[in-house]
Amino acid sequence: MKLELAQVRHVAKLARLSLTPDEEARFSTQLSAVLEAVDSLSTVNTQGVPATTFAISSALHARPDEVKDELSVDVVLKNAPQQEASSFALPRVLE
Amino acid sequence: MIQRSLSALSGALASGECSSEEATRACLDQIRATDERVGAFLLVDEAGALAAAKASDSRQRKLGPLDGVPIALKDMILTAGVTTTAGSRMLSGFVPPHDATVTARLKAAGAVILGKTNLDEFAMGSSTESSAFKKTHNPYALERTPGGSSGGSAAAVAARQCFGTLGTDTGGSIRQPAALCNVVGLKPTWGRVSRSGVVAFASSLDQVGPLGRTVRDVAMLLQGIAGRDEHDATSADVAVPDFTAALESGVRGLRVGLPREYFVDGMDPEIATATREAARTLKAAGAVVKEISLPHTKHALAVYYVIAPAEASSNLARYDGVRFGHRAKNVTHLTELYERSRAEGFGPEVKRRIMLGTFALSAGYHDAYYVKAQQVRTLIRRDFDEAFREVDVILSAATPTCAWPLGEKLDDPLSMYLMDVLTLPCNLAGLPGLSVPTAKSSGGLPIGAQLLGRPFDEVTILRAARALERERSLTTWSPTPLPIKE
Repeated sequence: MKLELAQVRHVAKLARLSLTPDEEARFSTQLSAVLEAVDSLSTVNTQGVPATTFAISSALHARPDEVKDELSVDVVLKNAPQQEASSFALPRVLE
Repeated sequence: MIQRSLSALSGALASGECSSEEATRACLDQIRATDERVGAFLLVDEAGALAAAKASDSRQRKLGPLDGVPIALKDMILTAGVTTTAGSRMLSGFVPPHDATVTARLKAAGAVILGKTNLDEFAMGSSTESSAFKKTHNPYALERTPGGSSGGSAAAVAARQCFGTLGTDTGGSIRQPAALCNVVGLKPTWGRVSRSGVVAFASSLDQVGPLGRTVRDVAMLLQGIAGRDEHDATSADVAVPDFTAALESGVRGLRVGLPREYFVDGMDPEIATATREAARTLKAAGAVVKEISLPHTKHALAVYYVIAPAEASSNLARYDGVRFGHRAKNVTHLTELYERSRAEGFGPEVKRRIMLGTFALSAGYHDAYYVKAQQVRTLIRRDFDEAFREVDVILSAATPTCAWPLGEKLDDPLSMYLMDVLTLPCNLAGLPGLSVPTAKSSGGLPIGAQLLGRPFDEVTILRAARALERERSLTTWSPTPLPIKE
């Protein structure tokens, strides 16, 4: 299928990506080409076929939910772009 | 020194013929002599590597066969205190607070980590050209791509800059560059190796694996990283066999399937010939070769380019400029912070895949694209289940063409995606897959053969690969454009 400019803008909004007009135009062309190639899937008969989420399903395990030696707050905040009083700091969202 | 395989070096270290410090210094010298032209490394941790080498020498390599062996890691794999970028400006300067499980396991086995290798941004690409930081060149033909996304890991092994590397493989990112650079690359069964501390791309497809100069080298590295990890709920609680024990057992009686759908349109005729020649070699060694069919192969590329971007769009939602990674400056509200941080931090290929994945998961298209792709994924898996009733391994080409000139496919994403057409069905089915050098093209470029096995049966594909390797003598073919001291 063809992805029109308006759809590109809608998807970019969902993806929280601000795109330049040039990127919007380029993605419209390129993603349309990829989707056209992908559209062949609609010809496959999948009536009654279950979906595969994980190919090797026997592999899933959970561990006991126990507190162990976790990273300290200082260590976790080391890569924060901005921090304030042991927290991640952000621009004001409410006036 | 640097011409040795990892297993030969391991033997030399054990016998006291050389020290880890000597081996590490030889690698650092080779990196200095060649990496300006190859561009395999994003970061070389000279001080850390020499300290680890000296520690190995002083404990007299008590930690086993990898103790003292210099290796390198794809920059998708976290290294505590050593910058890890995933090849993205988004993570420029990110210093991980902890090691990935595979890093920790290799350190515990005494391996010396020389540094971090280049890759396509967030492992999204087939040529290593989408790296935000540098281009990597194929050591066998410097104006050509090393493949990708683990292009730096393959090039570093080929250029004799280290004795082995780890890469990651979501749709062929270990096997495809291995094939283009005349090295061996193994993608283990999904769940065989922990993904904890490995930057996530598409979680149902991603797997960490080794690249090395010989089949034995990758078997030894796999031994060092395989097995259940409580930090990765998807790591399998399956016994880890001795991956080197059966390497020399030969292929007598082994049933090898040659899928006719893997001789794709547009394939380089020399590669098709090399694949048939590999089949003849296995047959001459006692294997039973038969043609098989995997009828849904033609849909694998479409399935992959729905599922992988969908999972990526979800995984990469964490890069929002809040807790780590790039944050845009002078923003006035939160949505603007997300949108601009992501716009500035991600490169074009990553944006393209996020867009594609977000579209496939969006209201109105989810069933037609995402669920449909997951259903066809089931049919692809069933093809393999059927095939493995008749054969023990599947043999094909690893790539449709040899290494192409850098820049050639950059403006045409679809033609780039086609370079993984032979490797990605294996990821969709979660199978182990391996690429082993099988021929040299008339133009002097490497050609790889791919072997696929049953889930958790890496042992059999390693054994078949070793049988091919023994007949081919390509391990002694050095990259001629580079200076290599004997």
